[in-house]
Amino acid sequence: MTETSPASPGSHNDVLQMQNAALVAGVKKRMSPLGMALADLVETARLWRLGVMLGVLDIRLRYRGSALGPLWMTVTSALMVASMGIIYSTLFHMKLGAYLPFLALSLMLWQAGLSSLISESCECFVSAEESIRSVRQPFLLQAVRMLTRNAVVFGLNLIVPFVVFVIFGRWPGFDAVLALPGLLLWMLDGVAACMLLGSLCARFRDVPPIIGSLMQIVFYVTPIIWMPQQMGPNSRLLIYNPFYALLEIVRGPLLGTPPALSVWGMAIGSSLVFGLIATVVFVKVRARLVFWI
Amino acid sequence: MAHISLQNLSLSYPVLHGSARSLKKTLFARARASLGSTKSKVGGALQNGVSGLEVLALKDITFDVEGGERLGLVGHNGAGKTTLLRVLGGIYETSSGSLSVEGETHAMINPGSGMNQELTGRENVHLFARRLQLDVKETEALEADVEAFAELGPFFDLPLRLYSAGMSVRLGFALATVPRPQILLMDEWFMAGDSNFQAKARVRLESMVETAEILVFTSHSLDILREWCTRVLWLEAGKIVMDGKPDAVLDAYEAFVAESG
Repeated sequence: MTETSPASPGSHNDVLQMQNAALVAGVKKRMSPLGMALADLVETARLWRLGVMLGVLDIRLRYRGSALGPLWMTVTSALMVASMGIIYSTLFHMKLGAYLPFLALSLMLWQAGLSSLISESCECFVSAEESIRSVRQPFLLQAVRMLTRNAVVFGLNLIVPFVVFVIFGRWPGFDAVLALPGLLLWMLDGVAACMLLGSLCARFRDVPPIIGSLMQIVFYVTPIIWMPQQMGPNSRLLIYNPFYALLEIVRGPLLGTPPALSVWGMAIGSSLVFGLIATVVFVKVRARLVFWI
Repeated sequence: MAHISLQNLSLSYPVLHGSARSLKKTLFARARASLGSTKSKVGGALQNGVSGLEVLALKDITFDVEGGERLGLVGHNGAGKTTLLRVLGGIYETSSGSLSVEGETHAMINPGSGMNQELTGRENVHLFARRLQLDVKETEALEADVEAFAELGPFFDLPLRLYSAGMSVRLGFALATVPRPQILLMDEWFMAGDSNFQAKARVRLESMVETAEILVFTSHSLDILREWCTRVLWLEAGKIVMDGKPDAVLDAYEAFVAESG
């Protein structure tokens, strides 16, 4: 080995050097916290492919070496839906054909959707600690990463209700398209959750268990394993549960019963409030985050 | 032309441990503190800030670095060398004082910077290429360059966690320098390579500095600092003690260490 050839032909370097403007641009002079948060967002938009790649790698590494890979999730989910479907349809005195499609869809939307978005957003900055402390990168990149991870898991889990729907011949029809704006709102809420819960959990390490227990309560008070109609006349009160509204805007269209405008109003309204709080907190604490993780 | 300029820059950060990490305990402590004063005084660079204990890691730092300089940072552990690198690299932000860094900057705080230990060397190069937003052709060029420079052989296709310290350094150094940042910030880790690699690294860094780029690095090895730097900055407890030609600063530093040691 000689020391005469430090790697590369010059032409390669020239190509790289031109592209290098994309590398960390020089640190700009003083900017307001809001300006810095906006710059964070802009840079995240520029680097979204990296965020997606990180998310996909997370999934691939999590299941590296297992034969079924991430499909294991689908298998365990199917087992859970089947066993819970049989028990609860008996408890609730309902026909399996009426109950199981509802349960399969609700449970997956909750477990791989809303609940998973909340719990994973808690870890979004802390789990990237090493990389955040050694490479300059936008914080919201971790939100893209978390959303990608969740989208993959969500897609794989959705196989279960899909199969159940096929078995029981239940088709939502064209209404199903209306679930898409709902899913978009979930994604925005996911980003907000990263900004708020991600920051909070980085600062206070006892927050994730607190959130975990709260989500457990939400699971029982939200119509996920039970149907809204079972509440009888009291089901009107459900609208005040923002998680019900958020769940319903995706679940309703897929069950062929698009939700009322009031449900949409509640879902958008609570998301706006949540997003606003999250933005204010994120703008305020962003510069300190790196010291907390 | 690359340029770094700092004016009266200070940085303090919170030290979070024990009950400061707990939301419940923090809320209780706040409530108790508002009832009666429970102030405690801690000496040195530690001070009680709004959110508990704060470390004043950098204090009133002012200096300029012009293109073509190789600046070495010297000082005891905890003197603020790595913190300063992180500030220059844009990882730490502070609102106290002003900072201007002109030129594309790359900070290599540790050899595994931004790399995933579970991925192979090759996969990490691809990840790195994504960070730089390279297209397919440029990614291939980067991969070929890094593979040639790092000389990892079959280890290039094995996960990073199987690498020896020296191998991580080779890969980290190759990734840091192949894309030719205008300003390269490196912590002392890159001295971990063997002598053959160090010679190679040196050629690489010298060619970098010839084209008016800036290198800032820390080291505890005074010999390396003497040999590699055009200027040395001596930090102690977050303050600049001395700034000047390597020999002058390092002689003073050596005398200081001998005296206090």
